[in-house]
Amino acid sequence: MSESTSIFSSNPKTEGRSPRPSAAPRTRRDQAARRLFFIMTLLPIILIGIVAFALLVRAWPILSVYPLSDLLGGTVWKPNDGIFGFQPFIIGTIWVTIVGLLLAVPPCILVSIYLAEYAHARTRTLAKPVLDLLAAIPPVVYGVWGLLAIVPFVDDVAAPFAERWLGFIPIFEVTQPTGFGILAGGIVLAVMIAPLIVSVTFEVFLTVPHDLRHASLAMGATKWQTIRNIVLPQVLPGIIAAVVLGASRAFGETIAVLMVVGNVANIPTSVFDTAYPLPALIANNYGEMMSIPLYDAALLGAALVLLVVILIFNILSTLVLRRVARRKWA
Amino acid sequence: MDAHIQVKNLDAYYNKQQALKNVNIEIPKNQITVIMGPSGCGKTTLLKTFNRFFELTENTKLTGEVLVDGQNIYDKDVDVTEVRKVVGLLAQRPSPLPMSIYDNVVYGMHLHKMKKDRKEYKEAVRHYLEIAGLYEEVKKRMHDPATSLSIGQQQRLCLARGLAVEPEIILGDEPTSALDPISSQNIEARLLELKQQYTTVIVTHTLRQAKRLADYVIYMYLGEVIESGPAKEVFGNPKHERTKQYLEGLF
Repeated sequence: MSESTSIFSSNPKTEGRSPRPSAAPRTRRDQAARRLFFIMTLLPIILIGIVAFALLVRAWPILSVYPLSDLLGGTVWKPNDGIFGFQPFIIGTIWVTIVGLLLAVPPCILVSIYLAEYAHARTRTLAKPVLDLLAAIPPVVYGVWGLLAIVPFVDDVAAPFAERWLGFIPIFEVTQPTGFGILAGGIVLAVMIAPLIVSVTFEVFLTVPHDLRHASLAMGATKWQTIRNIVLPQVLPGIIAAVVLGASRAFGETIAVLMVVGNVANIPTSVFDTAYPLPALIANNYGEMMSIPLYDAALLGAALVLLVVILIFNILSTLVLRRVARRKWA
Repeated sequence: MDAHIQVKNLDAYYNKQQALKNVNIEIPKNQITVIMGPSGCGKTTLLKTFNRFFELTENTKLTGEVLVDGQNIYDKDVDVTEVRKVVGLLAQRPSPLPMSIYDNVVYGMHLHKMKKDRKEYKEAVRHYLEIAGLYEEVKKRMHDPATSLSIGQQQRLCLARGLAVEPEIILGDEPTSALDPISSQNIEARLLELKQQYTTVIVTHTLRQAKRLADYVIYMYLGEVIESGPAKEVFGNPKHERTKQYLEGLF
């Protein structure tokens, strides 16, 4: 500031007037704008803190009664008897998310490789909007689709197939005869997060300079050699970021999953088991049977656990991302 | 003349716009041919048809023939990767691959599985870096990222990398235009050294560079080849008015 003041005062035209540039209206507006933008940027961070704090306060009654290890490690959920074990819900959330990711990620990467590296411009302009449209379908519609199409599919096709060919692998053991369960939830989730993963991965592919591809092609590399050796190592961090985004979405997805996943508080051991993810637990029960002691606190505790799980997951993946990013050249 | 590349009735289009008009030329073996002409005259386009890079641009069309050693590289049964192995390219801006110096040179050899074991690869890397005049500068840091080199060194690395797949033809698309004068000189010296063993085709827009390098000259204007012939004849006694004007620096 002092520097600009001296410039102003050395200017004969402004000499004698108050040489304070910061007092100029447009400078003040500029600083006000800067502050406003800063506060807006700060807002989400503050919000996360407020939400976590509020959940902690509301969950405190149960946290102060039971040790954390009992709540997180407990496998039984019997609110009427005052037994609140979160483990089935945590494990259920993780199962559904992992199955969803396993089903979604490989095809999504192939699709974005095709769109970014092979497809004709015309195909691209046609396929991209359709994919984006998939992201715009409301979750409840996916839920209904899951009920009408995926649950019967699991029941009539996937389960008999697994029973016949994969029964010896524990995670493919068919345990119940309805079609509701982790596989159905995973399939619905996979379709829901696919557009997100494809569109992020696709954008990442576009950031790789053409010069690099051309350098490889000029030496007689095939397209696939070029993609595998040059392009993929460059986009790997971006692909991980896309998968993380998809995973965060999958963790929190509520309605579409709860419609097909069975909602039984057991600890799943097979993809055909039913599960009861945390979001479904909260959505199904909050506001009902609130007369049961500590029930309200238990559900908000579940919300807190969900928040913490997602935060931990995001932090871990950020660390992984940094690691990968550091490893690559340039 | 012993022609290494023959171009016959070549027409090239971007979308509907014609970039090359009925090009018929021959490029002599183991000499430096310089393609010159004002910006937008199609010289880079012509160069790109020699290693089939032209088709990497979408919505392009090509008719006519480009024969390398008598074989039309646009024949249906020709493997484009084989064409590009024989016809190497030195790009306008050096584009080191995002890996180490060593890996850059070894990359192309790995693609074509050209050597038997690590030792042979190592020797070859050294050999080609020496040819490119870079070995002494990088021998102690072979495994540093290629991007840590100066831009002039990067271009020599790209030369070594290109030579390592044992091409017969080197294409240079204004290969010194991004470099400082000393690095440019260095690249030019390498090209002159190499011309006994390789057929070299250079696109340039600097007349002085053309005069320094050329054994054979192609002058283009608006997608057409106006004049081509041995450098002495074209520079000393241009047959066409357009070439004469260009050489006199009128445009």
